[in-house]
Amino acid sequence: MIPELGHFALILALLLSTSQSAFSFGGAARGNAAWMAAGRSAVVGQFVFVAVAFGALAWSFVQQDFSVLYVASNSHSELPVFFRVAAVWGAHEGSLLLWSLCLAGWTLAVTAASGSLDAPFRSRVLGFLGLISIGFQLFMLATSNPFTRLMPAAAEGRDLNPLLQDFALVVHPPILYLGYVGFSVAFAFACATLLEGRLDAAWARWTRPWTLAAWLFLTIGIALGSWWAYYELGWGGWWFWDAVENASFMPWLAGTALIHSLAVTEKRGLFKSWTLLLAVSAFSLSLLGTFLVRSGVLISVHAFATDPERGIYILGFLTVVIGGALLMYAWRAPRLKSEAGFEATSRESFMLFNNALLVTALSLILLGTLYPLFMDALELGKVSVGPPYFNLVFLVPMLPLLVLLGIGMHAAWKRGLLGTMRTRLFAVAGASIGASVIIGAAAYGEVRPMTTIGFALAVWVMLSSLLVPFARLRGRQPLPAAVLGMVVAHFGIGLTTLGITGVQSFKVEKDFALGIGDGATIAGYEFKFAALRDVRGPNYVGVEADVVVSRGGEAVTVLKPQKRLYNSGGNALSEAGIEVGAARDLFAALGDDLGQGRWSFRLQYKPLIRFIWLGAILVAFGGLLAALDRRYRQRVTARLDERAASVA
Amino acid sequence: MTPRRKRLLAVLGILVGVGAAAALATLAFEDNLLYFYNPSQVLAGDAPEGRTFRIGGMVTQGSLKRTDGTLEVRFVVTDYQHSIPVRYEGLLPDLFREGQGMIAHGRMGEGGEFVADEVLAKHDENYMPPEVAESLHDPQPARVSE
Repeated sequence: MIPELGHFALILALLLSTSQSAFSFGGAARGNAAWMAAGRSAVVGQFVFVAVAFGALAWSFVQQDFSVLYVASNSHSELPVFFRVAAVWGAHEGSLLLWSLCLAGWTLAVTAASGSLDAPFRSRVLGFLGLISIGFQLFMLATSNPFTRLMPAAAEGRDLNPLLQDFALVVHPPILYLGYVGFSVAFAFACATLLEGRLDAAWARWTRPWTLAAWLFLTIGIALGSWWAYYELGWGGWWFWDAVENASFMPWLAGTALIHSLAVTEKRGLFKSWTLLLAVSAFSLSLLGTFLVRSGVLISVHAFATDPERGIYILGFLTVVIGGALLMYAWRAPRLKSEAGFEATSRESFMLFNNALLVTALSLILLGTLYPLFMDALELGKVSVGPPYFNLVFLVPMLPLLVLLGIGMHAAWKRGLLGTMRTRLFAVAGASIGASVIIGAAAYGEVRPMTTIGFALAVWVMLSSLLVPFARLRGRQPLPAAVLGMVVAHFGIGLTTLGITGVQSFKVEKDFALGIGDGATIAGYEFKFAALRDVRGPNYVGVEADVVVSRGGEAVTVLKPQKRLYNSGGNALSEAGIEVGAARDLFAALGDDLGQGRWSFRLQYKPLIRFIWLGAILVAFGGLLAALDRRYRQRVTARLDERAASVA
Repeated sequence: MTPRRKRLLAVLGILVGVGAAAALATLAFEDNLLYFYNPSQVLAGDAPEGRTFRIGGMVTQGSLKRTDGTLEVRFVVTDYQHSIPVRYEGLLPDLFREGQGMIAHGRMGEGGEFVADEVLAKHDENYMPPEVAESLHDPQPARVSE
């Protein structure tokens, strides 16, 4: 009964999305306030019914209703309740429902916060958001219904993939989706603007906090994914340039470019059509990412052949959304004239370079990600593009980007660089190079060219970021939240750069065959395999090793890596033992029983790896600070003041 | 500068940028494209000699052999028509098992043995890497029931 209610709620949600779109567009076109109000009511209704559908699916999971195909495929009677809820978004159908819920939530938020906007414009935004909702809900109902019944009901579920039975993977998809879907707001704003054919500073000011909000969720989502891959995939890598990772990273790059470009559009009325194009791209890449990851085409185009309905729908939907937006762009963008010029060393030029470099990296990553697909589709053989490709095409644009970032923060709009700033920046640059050589030599006893460049850039970005509040406070200038957010985010980029450089330069990873009592030494740490015992969890059994780590005779820690065997399906899973530290992580993973009492181990030394994620957290926090800047809420506050005045 | 010259400069800048990016991509593509072959294709001589590539198929039942007490492991990969022995030294992935699909990355060694430097057993819900599923000659690839 509950699943049928969920199914029914989903159908109602689709009807409401349709009326949301129809009334909003119709009302805006005819200037009919009642219709526009009806469109807004439909937003609320749509959210309620999508939430009901989502709740129904979650309920089916918690109640272990194995007569629902999706539940039977992704749950198991022994699965703890916490993971049963997470299993809702463990596979294709449920993650689409989560996507739809996120979209309904963002739409509701936009409706609630957009009272100060021009009414027809606001309605057009809701109209476009409604169109996207229709697309997703129709897709679910037509090809991927999560409520499909299984007749007869299964006696036992097939279980959730053990890799997904983990805290980070429980929170990773919802946060990532909030980011993906959040770009739909910027997209809808861009489309509504193109439809109306005018774009002013207020538009950019309005779009900025929404873009920042989506982008900060995406930042956290990506960082969580990387952290999860590090400790759970078992082998200690933190980024693989896997197609799935690229799918989330590409919208992030586009979003980053968009945030910067929006700043120029707001402050100076420049880059208008480029900003719109980026808004369209960021969301298009999000859509592409969602579908590619969940439909399996990334690994093989022929996945479409096994399920042609889904494939054709996805291609059709992508074509309509991306193609439609680009058509509108081609039609309207020439109308949007930029208003002014700028000097070569002004902030505008730095933003231009930022965008050019980010988009270059993005395009080359997109090329590498889709290339295997084209080759496969054209029957030219099965290829995969290795990580070295991505490392190279990402690194080359990023090096100049980091150099320019440090200068650009201090450049003024329109005019060139100020004299006093120049001197300070030269000092910072010198200090960075010095610090880099010292870090390499003192901490790791080595000075290598790429490592020195990496450390120098990291220190350069961090110091240069700190110089902003320093200079402002000394000059008795205000330090608004938006500026502070920029400083924090850029400082975070520096920290991440520091972490990446440290790990990639000085990590040690080695496999060993060890019996009890045997030891191995890596990077000055002695790892000793001391004991092995059986362990038992709620839905698995396994073994746990004690790996005693010491350095120069002094005990450091005991790592406890596990090898688990899940009761359902007999899936094996390694749980790494990790000692976390600011300067380094020590990592031990337990492999297989090799015979003769020996077990295989992978031991690792990972210097500075924590800074990668710490930096990402700061980047997201910077985004949050900037999104909460008072300036973006001024008009709302002003209206409240008016209201208060009229009451008084 | 006249607007015309400005525009010319902008176009030139874009051309140079796009050219540099294209050159970078070409450079990076070289040596980093990995082709995938099944055992039949490898035995037919399709796979490049002395270059790394990926091989995929099913791990033959009963073929997994360890050199006791060391990290060295040997197994046979098959597409149900032809088979190739594989040698690997290191930790096998959690999901690696006999009778299931796998992909190895490496090159052909002496005596027709594939020397792997990485073994992957990443797969979909049906316990089959898609490339492997397609490259098998058996019309019904063995599915592992739960």
